[in-house]
Amino acid sequence: MKTGQASPGQPAGGVPIVALSGVGKRFNEGLPNEARVLRGIDLTVGAGEFASLIGPSGSGKSTLLNLLGLLDRPSEGEYRLKGVPTGTASDDERTRARLDTLGFVFQFHHLLPEFSALENVMLPGLMRDGAFTPAIRANARELLSAVGLSDAADKRPGELSGGMQQRVAIARALALAPDLVLADEPTGNLDTHSADEAFALLRRFNRERGCAFIVVTHDPRLAARCDRVIELRDGMIERDGPVAPTPGTAGADAWTKPAK
Amino acid sequence: MRFEWIVAWRFLREGGLQTALIIVGAALGIAFIVFITGFLGDLQRDIVQRTLGVQPHVTIKPLEEVARPLRPGSAGGPAATSPGGSLQADAQAAAPVVLSDVQPRGQRLRSIDQWQATVARLRENADVRAISPLVSGPGLVTRGASNKSLSIIGIVAQPYAAVTRLDRKLVAGTLQVDPGDVLLGRDLAEDLGVGVGDTVRLSTPTSAGDTYRVRGIFDLGAKNLNQLYAFVGLATAQALHALPGGVTSIEITVDDLWNAQRVADELSRTIPHLVESWIRTNQQLMVALSNQTLMTRMIRFTFGLVVAIGVASVLMVAVVQKTREIGILRAMGTSRGRVLRVFLVQGAIIGLIGALLGCAIGYALAQFMSGILTSADGSRLFSAHLDFPLYAYTTLGAVVLGVISAALPARRAARLDPAQAIRM
Repeated sequence: MKTGQASPGQPAGGVPIVALSGVGKRFNEGLPNEARVLRGIDLTVGAGEFASLIGPSGSGKSTLLNLLGLLDRPSEGEYRLKGVPTGTASDDERTRARLDTLGFVFQFHHLLPEFSALENVMLPGLMRDGAFTPAIRANARELLSAVGLSDAADKRPGELSGGMQQRVAIARALALAPDLVLADEPTGNLDTHSADEAFALLRRFNRERGCAFIVVTHDPRLAARCDRVIELRDGMIERDGPVAPTPGTAGADAWTKPAK
Repeated sequence: MRFEWIVAWRFLREGGLQTALIIVGAALGIAFIVFITGFLGDLQRDIVQRTLGVQPHVTIKPLEEVARPLRPGSAGGPAATSPGGSLQADAQAAAPVVLSDVQPRGQRLRSIDQWQATVARLRENADVRAISPLVSGPGLVTRGASNKSLSIIGIVAQPYAAVTRLDRKLVAGTLQVDPGDVLLGRDLAEDLGVGVGDTVRLSTPTSAGDTYRVRGIFDLGAKNLNQLYAFVGLATAQALHALPGGVTSIEITVDDLWNAQRVADELSRTIPHLVESWIRTNQQLMVALSNQTLMTRMIRFTFGLVVAIGVASVLMVAVVQKTREIGILRAMGTSRGRVLRVFLVQGAIIGLIGALLGCAIGYALAQFMSGILTSADGSRLFSAHLDFPLYAYTTLGAVVLGVISAALPARRAARLDPAQAIRM
């Protein structure tokens, strides 16, 4: 059930980045063990929003994130990414859309161990342009310094702490200036201090670069620092609205002071 | 393709020991293929040359003479009456019954008709490398009380050396067959007790003979061959065999030993004489050699297969190990095609490095083995030489093989579901 509030994701006059209407997802379709993981999801996320996606385990958060990230296809309903229907897109088209429009931050950092921190941040550029160009390198250096890791540029992921790895992963997600970054429990594997640092980075990139975020989290503390909360329960959106008491700047201010 | 090369190279480099092991494995397999290919080629050439002695690649001889009996009833030509039916028909017509016994004709020593014209025609053939006309017939060599029968062969020194490499088989003296000179085989010279500079008497059924000075002693590698031949000048042999101006055969060297039969077939279409290749006249040897080739091919194929399976299984393991990385790459925007090519390129790189290493090891192995394997006379059974076309073909083949081996793992990598792969 929904809160019935007007969706805060509707931007003034632009095409929303994400528009789900009546989206459902069933696994093992047609089999006795068919599972309905998502049903009747209507969701709109506009440019520059910062939303958290919360809910108990098994509520369908990861499945929804995979659908949003074009890593999986809905069983029913329609998903428009920047106004373009994705239902009939080929795998190559969806791959291209991921590269151009989306950024991913995963719980377990997921840097490529074969590449240095800098090269990891350059990878999206390499995928797009087919070579490590000076422009890609400069952009990656700038991002690394933005996450405070200029000195670690040539280190391999294995030589970095978990918090540093996650900051590199955040820089990588931002490399091609995506419209939307999907973060799956980006702080779930970090100690409190590193988690705060990483989350602060997400908020800063949201503010400075205007890129929208959807952050899956278990942590109510972090959810409270987002502008908007989308809560899933049993595969349906139970709540979707601004973070109380005052959305926007108040929520954005909260993160700047270290917890405790 | 730059992305694929960069990622493939990093994946392989990160593989460390695993990558090193499969490359060394591939290199050893390829080294053996290179070695055995080069070795077999050399060995077979060597076997053929030793077995053939002074037999040429292709020989041109006069066609054999056949008896052409004249029979009554046939209109002045050779009768084609078959026994049985026609005999009955003859009997019914009350014609006299003729019993005839046609004896095959003995082959006398004859010259090739218009042999200079034939030589001129041979020179036009692109495959023919050397041409040597010669006169060969039976004779007797005498020194004191000892007589030995042999073939007295008249040659022109230069072209004959080009065809049979007789110059390399000399163990004493020089390859010189001026009037009054003779070259004898080593075993015959020992039997007669002569050396370079001594004189022997040569005679033939058609000539009372004369004395000749031994100018050189050769060793063809087999005792019976060393006792069989005596070489003299062409004009000398023509006189001895009573064939003034004639030659009994023309011997030819072709560019490729194994092409001799094809060249012989080609020549026999334009030359009205008997054209025989060494392949036709040494069937047993040829059968043995082609069995050897077949066995080697099987061994090479097996080695190639083992290398391919090794590469495939290592890459298969790599796909499983890198499932998560592949998932991340896919999520970040790497297409299925690119993931597929990343692994195909890894197969190609393993094949390429394996081949380069393998060619080097194969050459070293050949060097080493050529020092160990010697033939009966102590000379090297084969020589290790740099065979760049072989290396080029091997490298190309190994790269193709690597890509084919990588096909299955690459397909599996490309089909991974990114959402699931990331959770691995």
